[in-house]
Amino acid sequence: MGCDENETHEDEGMKAKIRKIAVFVEETQREMEREISPPTRKAAAVAVIENPCAGKYVEDLSELMAIGEELGELLTARAVAALGISGPSAESYGKAAAVGENGELEHAAAILHPKLGTPVRRVLGKGAALIPSSKKRGGMGVVLDIPLGHKDAAFVRSHFDGMEVRINDAPRANEIIVAVAVTDSGRPLARVGGLTKDQIKGEDGLR
Amino acid sequence: MPEVVVRKKLTCIEEIFHEGGPMAAKPLRRAAALAVIRNPFAGSYIANIEGFMDDLKPLGLEMARTLVAALGGDPKVVEGYGKGAIVGSAGEIEHGALWHVPGGYAMREILGGAKAIVASTKKVGGPGTRLDVPITHIDASYVRSHFDAMEVGINDAPRADEILLALVMTTGPRVHARVGGLKASEIKGEDGLR
Repeated sequence: MGCDENETHEDEGMKAKIRKIAVFVEETQREMEREISPPTRKAAAVAVIENPCAGKYVEDLSELMAIGEELGELLTARAVAALGISGPSAESYGKAAAVGENGELEHAAAILHPKLGTPVRRVLGKGAALIPSSKKRGGMGVVLDIPLGHKDAAFVRSHFDGMEVRINDAPRANEIIVAVAVTDSGRPLARVGGLTKDQIKGEDGLR
Repeated sequence: MPEVVVRKKLTCIEEIFHEGGPMAAKPLRRAAALAVIRNPFAGSYIANIEGFMDDLKPLGLEMARTLVAALGGDPKVVEGYGKGAIVGSAGEIEHGALWHVPGGYAMREILGGAKAIVASTKKVGGPGTRLDVPITHIDASYVRSHFDAMEVGINDAPRADEILLALVMTTGPRVHARVGGLKASEIKGEDGLR
């Protein structure tokens, strides 16, 4: 489960100033009186970091991009560890960020889009599909709905899903919360057709 | 008595490095284990519900073990605890009270004889209801540095005929505790209070 005590934010050269990390593991065992066997499981790792660009307009957001790269690795490793699976066994993934009131939406974009994905895929072994994402600005306790999609083929319909996370005391005005979610499964009782995971060709990240 | 039917579980671990002050030498960790179960008494008034407390014991022990595992596997690192319940709209607050005994004694058993009463709270609410689970020191309720709380909840629970059960454990004081009072190092450990 969860926490590796030896892995800290204080690693030499760590760019992100992390105030806290939260890890959530959700396991569904029954739905509509039917047993889900094996249970479907989702994990999300969420970091609360200082926003170095809060309170002013900053043209060059490369500092946030570098932070995104660090968090991609750290959060994915935490989420996979919380599920107790190997990276390549993960089936779907997603990412999201919420910027505190003194930041701008573009700060979330800088963290999520340019560099966060590569280390996510490194930890998971593969990941041909786009990592679905969402972002917003909000106050403490804001809800993040992290979208989920199959990591190797975006069109796998059984794995379109989401995971809600929130942290009651974040983001403060000058903070950003950054989340990566990983699952070992699709929806509990998926039955709306479409591409199934055993039909994945895995060439283009779509099918 | 009815069996305990679990629909879903959520485990949540927080690791707190600082809150605007100096970086903690040892980050505070808080963990919550939640289970969403069917409320066998939902929908009508049932006078005799006490037996369900025994039925909940195995789940309590399982959740307490989950928390210790989430905090690294050594029960000795646990310094604070708390518990709570949210009863869905077709139930009553008394159904949440069924959790006091199995939830509390499960944590004490797994932690090897914690002396303090387990702080608790409960309410009736709909899916997505949040609960601030109170936390106190496991051996002495008056230890001021360990008064804390952890907010928990699940977006799709409890449904009307469900109960959401929660246990919480922490590994230390508030990250920048500095308001005096009884210290953990001053615990006498006789009465669970001081």
